Amino acid sequence: MIDVTLRKNGARTRALPTRGRILQRLRRNDAIYRNVTRGAAIGVLVLLGGVIVALIDGSMPAWRAFGFGFLASERWNPVTENFGALAPIYGTVVTALIAMVIAVPIGLLISVFLTELCPTWLKRPVGTAIELLAGIPSIIFGIWGLFVFAPFLQGTLQPFLITVFGNVPVLSSLFAGPPYGIGVLTASLILAIMVLPFITSISRDVFEQVQAVLKEAAYGIGCTTWEVVWNVVIPYTRVGIIGGIMLGLGRALGETMAVTFVIGNAHKISASLLAPGTTISAAIANEFTEAVGDLYTASLIALGLILFVITFFVLAISRYMLARIERRIG
Amino acid sequence: MTLLRSIFVAAAFGLAATLPTTAADISGAGATFPFPIYAKWADAYKKETGIGLNYQSIGSGGGIKQILARTVTFGASDMPLKAADLDKGGLIQFPTVLGGVVAVINVEGIKPGGIILDGPTLSRIFLGEVKTWNDAAIATLNPGLKLPAQSIVVVHRSDGSGTTAIFTNYLSKVSAEWKSKVGSNTAVEWPVGIGAKGNEGVANNVAQTRGSVGYVEYAYAKQNKLTFTSLVNREGKTVAPTAISFQASAANANWTGTPGFGVMLTNEAGATAWPISGATFILIHKQPKDAAAAGEALRFFAWAFAKGGAMAEALDYVPLPMNVVAAIQKVWAVEVKDAGGKPIFALSH
Repeated sequence: MIDVTLRKNGARTRALPTRGRILQRLRRNDAIYRNVTRGAAIGVLVLLGGVIVALIDGSMPAWRAFGFGFLASERWNPVTENFGALAPIYGTVVTALIAMVIAVPIGLLISVFLTELCPTWLKRPVGTAIELLAGIPSIIFGIWGLFVFAPFLQGTLQPFLITVFGNVPVLSSLFAGPPYGIGVLTASLILAIMVLPFITSISRDVFEQVQAVLKEAAYGIGCTTWEVVWNVVIPYTRVGIIGGIMLGLGRALGETMAVTFVIGNAHKISASLLAPGTTISAAIANEFTEAVGDLYTASLIALGLILFVITFFVLAISRYMLARIERRIG
Repeated sequence: MTLLRSIFVAAAFGLAATLPTTAADISGAGATFPFPIYAKWADAYKKETGIGLNYQSIGSGGGIKQILARTVTFGASDMPLKAADLDKGGLIQFPTVLGGVVAVINVEGIKPGGIILDGPTLSRIFLGEVKTWNDAAIATLNPGLKLPAQSIVVVHRSDGSGTTAIFTNYLSKVSAEWKSKVGSNTAVEWPVGIGAKGNEGVANNVAQTRGSVGYVEYAYAKQNKLTFTSLVNREGKTVAPTAISFQASAANANWTGTPGFGVMLTNEAGATAWPISGATFILIHKQPKDAAAAGEALRFFAWAFAKGGAMAEALDYVPLPMNVVAAIQKVWAVEVKDAGGKPIFALSH
């Protein structure tokens, strides 16, 4: 555009101010562009800050009424307006942890199969199916969990667990009580299915980035597939795997609808995994619309603030761990 | 560019054209329980008068918040507000339709109405004291009925609800232990059981879970073909949940003596009275910001009282007794006024 302008204006004396003007215009456009992008970035920060301020401000009545006892109390009594967050915090952490214990090994096994052992023609269908699993809306998982999965568990897995572990000291209380079908274990299993695609697809992607020469060298000196995966692939991709696990954990902690359907929504901490429980997000989703009274609403917002802090720390710890591993490797 | 602009202009004109008609519509928000009948009334009313009703079924708690914030013309709640709260908000309250709450169970071999429970037994089940279906308390009420040695799974609401308020109000009246340990409210601290969201959530969970017992509005039990129980009422008579027994519970209630008509129709006297019934309520400002809209809303409900009874019955709601309707309209004519102090609603006779 500049060249065209210059060629048109033959006289040098006339070209100079024109070029200056054009440069000025470009500089101005640059400045606008820079400020718009900066504004977008700052906007996100302002939004985040606004969310934090709103959560703290909204939950103040609860903190004033209960203090830090709010975190340690299991009571949740709307009649006497006596609220405590321990049961939902416990449910959130326990369901997420059980889900990770189930989903991480399975997810890693699937990605090892897909990258190292799977015949080429099967790679694409299996990989696509797992990615589609990530696209299923959580409400669908909830409905399926309530109508299909929970009755199935009530008739099969839960009576089995109760009878098998009935006489084993610790496990008998872990798997005690009538088989409700829904409960903490059912919610954890659904969560495990939901986070599986995250862990699988990320670890498969990072497994594929392992340089072929490393694996070939290991096979060359006589390693088995297991040894190659355990001693070469996994150490090489540790950072990525942890990233995938944390992403899954983040989803498990915040998942609302699917959990609400199958966890039983009882503000109780039970030793048994078959008993109903609740999570922070499930409690908020269930009760917020009908929460009458300032203290009730404030307590639910305080739950939201606690979930915000928990997920913030999970992400912060994962960042810190990733940074440490990267430093050690690099 | 010009095409885009003309679309914008057309859209703006379209918006301007639609705005006046929506402004004439009545807006309301609140309870989910009466939503089907309000929607049906609104449909019929629109055909007759051209005036529409925009009702958002966001829940009773939301309805109370919305009317206090004056964002809607009327709020709707399944739980009557206390007189002090009505005065503080400058609101009047009146019932529109009645409904019954029933206990529903899922026990193999028992048909709807095929099992009898009484108040004390129901409260002990929900307290977790009666743990199995063949417990002596249930067996003595049902001689001859074959009851399994199955554990009882209690299903309750996980969200705040007028249904819960009515049900726990009944349990508090029939059991001193329930009253002192749990109490009554739109949400309570349940001693046992699993929570499900909404009437439909409880209905689904009871249908899915073997050995379960829950409580839902009668319409949900009927639509989902759940096994409801018969109950022993205050007079010691066994009654089945029907429109007649719901209406019987309203017949002897002290409507006019209760501020805002806020009676709880639980454990009412009368040989045929169903013991767990309740009304659903409308809240409206005594001095509405938009007097014209409030007038439209009151005329809508007056029309519904006069002509909507059959529609309500078709959907398993019970219309109010006529003497209650007359008392409600008297309150409208006396209490609801515009900014100049002139009554908004005029009695037709």
